[in-house]
Amino acid sequence: MPDIWFFIEVLVGGLLSGIMYSLVALGFVLIYKASSVFNFAQGAMVFFAVLTFVGVMELGLPFWAALPVAIGVMVLVGMATERFVLRPLVSQSEDTLLMATIGLSFVIEGVAQLAWGVDVRNLDLGIRDEPINWVMDKTGMLISQLDITAGIVASVMVASLALLFSRTKVGRGLRAVADDHTAALSIGIPLKHIWMLVWATAGVVALVAGMLWGARSGVQFALVWVALKALPVLIIGGFTSVPGVIVAGLLVGASEKVVEVYIGPKFGGGVEVWFPYVLAVLFLLVRPEGLFGEKIIRRV
Amino acid sequence: MFYREAGQFRTSYAQDSQIFPLRQDRIGIAIILIAAVLLPFVANAYWLSAILIPWLVLSLVALGQNILMGYAGQLSLGSAGFMAVGAFACYNLILRVEGIPFVVAVALSGVCAALVGIVFGLPSLRIRGLYLAVATLASQFFIVWALDKFPWFKNYDPAGVITAQPIIMFGHNFASPREKYWVVLAIVAVLALLAKNMARGSVGRGWMAVRDMDVAAEAMGLSLLRTKLQAFAISSFYCGVGGALFAFAYLQTVEPSAFTIELSFRILFMVIIGGLGTIMGSFLGAGFILLMPIFLNVFFHGVFGQSVDAGVISAVEQVIFGVMIITFLIYEPLGLARVWQLTKERLRLWPFKH
Amino acid sequence: MTITVPSSILQSAERAFPFGPPVLELESISLRFGGVQALTNISFNVLEHEVRAIIGPNGAGKSSMLNVINGIYVPQEGSITVAGERLSEMTPTHAAHLGIARTFQNIALFRGMSVLDNIMAGRILRTHATFLEVALQLPRARREETENRAVVEEIIEFLEIEHIRKTPVSRLPYGLQKRVELGRALAAEPKILLLDEPMAGMNIEEKQDMCRFILDVNDHYGTTVVLIEHDMGVVMDISDRVVVLDYGKKIGDGTPDEVRSNQDVIDAYLGVAH
Repeated sequence: MPDIWFFIEVLVGGLLSGIMYSLVALGFVLIYKASSVFNFAQGAMVFFAVLTFVGVMELGLPFWAALPVAIGVMVLVGMATERFVLRPLVSQSEDTLLMATIGLSFVIEGVAQLAWGVDVRNLDLGIRDEPINWVMDKTGMLISQLDITAGIVASVMVASLALLFSRTKVGRGLRAVADDHTAALSIGIPLKHIWMLVWATAGVVALVAGMLWGARSGVQFALVWVALKALPVLIIGGFTSVPGVIVAGLLVGASEKVVEVYIGPKFGGGVEVWFPYVLAVLFLLVRPEGLFGEKIIRRV
Repeated sequence: MFYREAGQFRTSYAQDSQIFPLRQDRIGIAIILIAAVLLPFVANAYWLSAILIPWLVLSLVALGQNILMGYAGQLSLGSAGFMAVGAFACYNLILRVEGIPFVVAVALSGVCAALVGIVFGLPSLRIRGLYLAVATLASQFFIVWALDKFPWFKNYDPAGVITAQPIIMFGHNFASPREKYWVVLAIVAVLALLAKNMARGSVGRGWMAVRDMDVAAEAMGLSLLRTKLQAFAISSFYCGVGGALFAFAYLQTVEPSAFTIELSFRILFMVIIGGLGTIMGSFLGAGFILLMPIFLNVFFHGVFGQSVDAGVISAVEQVIFGVMIITFLIYEPLGLARVWQLTKERLRLWPFKH
Repeated sequence: MTITVPSSILQSAERAFPFGPPVLELESISLRFGGVQALTNISFNVLEHEVRAIIGPNGAGKSSMLNVINGIYVPQEGSITVAGERLSEMTPTHAAHLGIARTFQNIALFRGMSVLDNIMAGRILRTHATFLEVALQLPRARREETENRAVVEEIIEFLEIEHIRKTPVSRLPYGLQKRVELGRALAAEPKILLLDEPMAGMNIEEKQDMCRFILDVNDHYGTTVVLIEHDMGVVMDISDRVVVLDYGKKIGDGTPDEVRSNQDVIDAYLGVAH
């Protein structure tokens, strides 16, 4: 196989996992926009969502019935979070809120395992994790059907979220809320509904992301650490920018794979564990506001 | 009734800025110290090596984390990484420097961790909050990876786990749990005293100034660069020393996989539950986080017998830690240390209410 | 609203510290934020031992001016000369080393610390012991701590806040917080004291107290004071000379009486144009 095909294979693999990072990161962006909270628990929510979904299916519900149940549970989680964690801490510093959501992630992870057990589950979406034949025949590249499907689903999700933000009334309301809560309230934007919708959407995003990752590598606790990689994505993309996060996700996914495959072996591998974080730090030193973020001028 | 300050007058500024201005506090600390020294004559080997040694060691690490987070206000999720630096530095120092006394090796390990801490603290000059947290995650993942992948650090040992060398100084091998405990106790006590001195003096005021209002601190002539890096360095020193003791006095092995991100989170929790910006809180928080799982284990096995799944217990533990953190952040951001202080206030007035 | 300052303070006979040469000179300062022109070509000077006020309507650029003086904002054009040293770029730390201390419009105290610690923190430039000396409580660290404490206690006594010495500042009412912030600035023993609306949001009694403290500082220590104030009456009573800004431009400069009779100032500031 020519080197260039191999490179493309690596790149495509990276981009496909990158779009899933984008998806998880979008969950963060949604909640950050609506409540100015860095929801560290988003990773735990991914785990919780898909574990609930699989758990409900094990109880005998069919796929299409399990989906709304899982989404409903995620809305409840969101509402409980708003009521018991965020509301009592309103007007606290960002650091305090961040620490609280770290605590929250532990609660969610613990509850998930208590409710559904600690075993690794398989999630069968009916798509085989096998190379696509004609691509392999033509180019020799190994590109998994599952990965491509996941990539397409994630792209559709990402695109519809981007549209939701920019084109709908809800999106406008959301942007108003992100700018100034009180001002948004005063012009009659129903804050409660917006928040609920946001948590529901974040729940759906978490569920879809969890299902895609879960189908690939099993539904297990390690998903939490995969989701953590959304953090460097967020930093590179900027916390409030939907396009920024999408581009950053692709960038992180592609670069970590390329680095792992081409440079990793020289060091015995495992480079992708830290590479996105170091990339984010380097990025911070050059462009602290993120790819498309606005420069923030601190007033004194 | 006994915890009263009546009749104790401080007649000079030097007296007012003593480390423990109240006589009762001085007596209390003295009793605790004497008890701690005499403890091995009562406690058995299990208590010493499974509870007391890790408690002291983790308190020291929590203290380091607290200096950075509680005092200087720099959120860090990478303390276990700096512990790993300390552990491996200690291993290599003892390995490569003939006859180096253990305390010297430990101190130098702290210095190594401090240097690494300065490097990873550099981004803190431009970023804060979650941004800094992610930067410290980078240090956590990178350090553990590097120690694992560069064979020099492990002296080309093919096994992942290296046995820690014996603790030797002054020509004596501190082999028994009791002796190890004393070594740890001495180091932790001294470092805690130094931390207290820094925290209540001009150094601590500089840290807190940066934490509370960096613009004002700068306008007073404080260099943010130097103050933040100093906090990173000193914090990492404590973590490094803690890491060396963790490996040599507690685990007795040196391995990168002992210093995972989970440990970093645990240390973070110790500081939040114990009390941000208090020395005492680091000890209380470490004790709580360490003892809670042991207590749960005993409790569950007592109530449900031997059939309880370990996974269930650890899940319960996670929920409890998470709930505790949220609760403390909402109701008592200064943690257990504040609860202790309030109890003392009550005691001061007891038996009168006001 | 105007308030009266007891005349005994104002006419305290001869000044203990007569005006000296300019300690602070600003030359053609221009400052922009993106497309917004905050300050345009502003020049003025401050004499040693003087109380100099910067006034102007909301949004005139007063706070920006103060922030330029102590280096928080760096102007695109112009230079600052402090005690004969000409600087094209100032940083807050450098300003502090040159003897400039300040307070902030929105109180910028260290909220997690006590009154005493806040003011002690103001002594940072007078503290030379390294962290090791502090950790080990070596003689120099102990001596400095005691000496700083003595100075700080003097300030606490001067500002009449002995009773709240060990109270966390976050528990104090607004007026007292402003006073503590003044104390923190004084602890640096500054040559030039910048006060950003020291009396904003205070009641008359508190304003009178604050006026008294400012004048006393100027009188006892000869500290040069540059202050921003909204309340015309107060400004005219306590300052020696006044700079008037409007829309980022200087429209008046002189003694209170001169400024009061300046037609541009009357138009812009006293509301004829509005």
